[in-house]
Amino acid sequence: MFYREAGDFKTSYREDSQTFPIKFDRLRFYAVLAVAYGVIPLLINDYWASAVFVPFLIYSIAAIGLNILVGYAGQVSLGTGGFMAVGAYACYKLMTAFPEVSIFIHVLIAGGITAAVGVLFGLPSLRIKGFYLAVATLAAQFFLVWLFNKVPWFYNYSASGQINAPERSIFGVIVTGAQTSAMAKYMFCLIMLTIVAVIARNLTRGTVGRKWMAIRDMDIAAEIIGVNPLTTKITAFAVSSFFIGIAGALFFSVYLGAAEVGEAFGIQKSFLILFMVIIGGLGSIFGSFAGAAFLVLLPVLLKNLLVGTLGWPTDLAAHIELMIVGALIVIFLIAEPHGLAQLWRVAKEKLRLWPFPH
Amino acid sequence: MPDQLLYAMEVTLNGLMAGVMYALVALGFVLIYKASGIFNYAQGVLALFAALTLVGIQQGQVPFAHLINAVTGLHVSSFGFTVPSILAILLTLGVMVLLAIVIEKLVLKHLVNQAPIILFMATIGMAYFLEGFGDVMWGADIKTLDVGLPQGISETVESMTDSIFGYGFFIDNLDIVATLVAVALVAALTLFSQYSKQGRALRAVADDHQAALSVGISLRFIWILVWSIAGFVALVAGIMWGSKSGVQFSLSLIALKALPVLMLGGFTSIPGAIVGGLIIGVGEKLFEFFAGPLIGGATENWFAYVLALLFLVFRPQGLFGEKIIERV
Repeated sequence: MFYREAGDFKTSYREDSQTFPIKFDRLRFYAVLAVAYGVIPLLINDYWASAVFVPFLIYSIAAIGLNILVGYAGQVSLGTGGFMAVGAYACYKLMTAFPEVSIFIHVLIAGGITAAVGVLFGLPSLRIKGFYLAVATLAAQFFLVWLFNKVPWFYNYSASGQINAPERSIFGVIVTGAQTSAMAKYMFCLIMLTIVAVIARNLTRGTVGRKWMAIRDMDIAAEIIGVNPLTTKITAFAVSSFFIGIAGALFFSVYLGAAEVGEAFGIQKSFLILFMVIIGGLGSIFGSFAGAAFLVLLPVLLKNLLVGTLGWPTDLAAHIELMIVGALIVIFLIAEPHGLAQLWRVAKEKLRLWPFPH
Repeated sequence: MPDQLLYAMEVTLNGLMAGVMYALVALGFVLIYKASGIFNYAQGVLALFAALTLVGIQQGQVPFAHLINAVTGLHVSSFGFTVPSILAILLTLGVMVLLAIVIEKLVLKHLVNQAPIILFMATIGMAYFLEGFGDVMWGADIKTLDVGLPQGISETVESMTDSIFGYGFFIDNLDIVATLVAVALVAALTLFSQYSKQGRALRAVADDHQAALSVGISLRFIWILVWSIAGFVALVAGIMWGSKSGVQFSLSLIALKALPVLMLGGFTSIPGAIVGGLIIGVGEKLFEFFAGPLIGGATENWFAYVLALLFLVFRPQGLFGEKIIERV
């Protein structure tokens, strides 16, 4: 009823291979874009930006990046926090070294540097597989965090060991530093997310994405039919790290403003983003958004409920929150191991037929 | 003998002892991985939970005191009696077995035949839950655990080495006890798996789930059994680490110390866990001793992982892991 392909005729190859082939899908996509660009920026205030929207946008970028590696290419990585730290510190060094260059360029270059580091740590994936690889990527996590802690050059020899984002602007609008308006933060992250999502979506449905999926499903078989495992795995690590690096750069410069590496980019961050990918749905761009939204909103809701409504002490609420998050993750995995994206697919299938049963 | 060499020997010895502690945690991982193919991230938190429960029972704390106080406005904190160590350990063991049953009934049963990554994520979820649960149940403050194990520097070792080398080695009594306990634990586990009926069933399941099922071995019982044993190993590790550095959140991070040990030794090998633990323990202590001062110290956080990573590039299944055979 709401959602169907009947009567939606394609008269050119271009139309046939567009991103959203079904008209209803396409309209919905434009509607979401219109709300995101046209409505939310007008209504947003500091609380909503810093508690919900900006973290959601940034985590979505990171989740898309990790989903490419884990969901599409099948290489489990626990080094996300470390790679985000690379993006953050690269961005910081660039911002302080070349203040006259636009921060937009800096964020992209930070992503590029992260991609190079990601490739370096991705090389062992040619030999190591499965859980051995997952644990091996922890080497990246711990080594990188240690490196940024111990080498003063990375934090410009500041006494506290922290990095602080200086004030930078794009086209006269301040986007980093203490003076930034909620709307500027939101719009900057939103534009980056749109770029990342469009690139990711188109990569995953083209040749590159199909190669990734072939390697994921069975790497030996893929090799036999002519997929080069070296270039495929390396491109997966490079693209994934590029996005994660962008997310790290934004997380530090726009969201946090000041960061201490162990705290902001520790192992917990790696797990958090992996959870987003799994709860959202492996191998789905929509799933990355859904997972990020779920895990950003859940703690905010729980905190409001436990501390705000019931008035419990904050430390107790934090522990209960941990319990609920853990339990929800387990329940989720039992109820729908393919994540929110699968629920969405089922819902769409139902809507296609509604109100008829078959 | 030159001082530097003596120091290095002392560091090596300490590294061996630390390696035994890592191996204690890694053992629990290997047991579960072998029997159910689950990579149990919650092993570290199990150790924390066991240690918290042990301290709580020993000191007669009221469970969930914090929660009860918050909800009812009372001020309860303890029953006002203490429980002897042995009894407390036995009670804690009971709690761990109960936990194993609950985990099997509520989680594992529903996740049969799921992809390994899903099971892995489920154990991370359990780790979060147990961490919060342990804190809510027993409180999050740092506790000291004392079950009567000897503490402090071993004077026998110091005087013995002093008479041989003219320099007394600095070795913690607790580490020596931990080594003895680990040896006993491995011996007991080996005897159990080789000579008891349940042990044989355990090995059968580890070899081939379906074949084991078809000869009438109850998979669910084996899972409960293996999680109980893992809980027991966690309790031992919790006692050792808890006596050494207090019972607090960071205890759950020892899981992260055990992972490179597993990689090095192979996920499926009990001797691998021990040898891997020793190599990692000695390696990171020696590296910190020689290279640490040159590059800023605190290398222990990552050295084990980088060592394991480099090692795996040459031998992808670890030292003693089963050879990976891939077919299309």
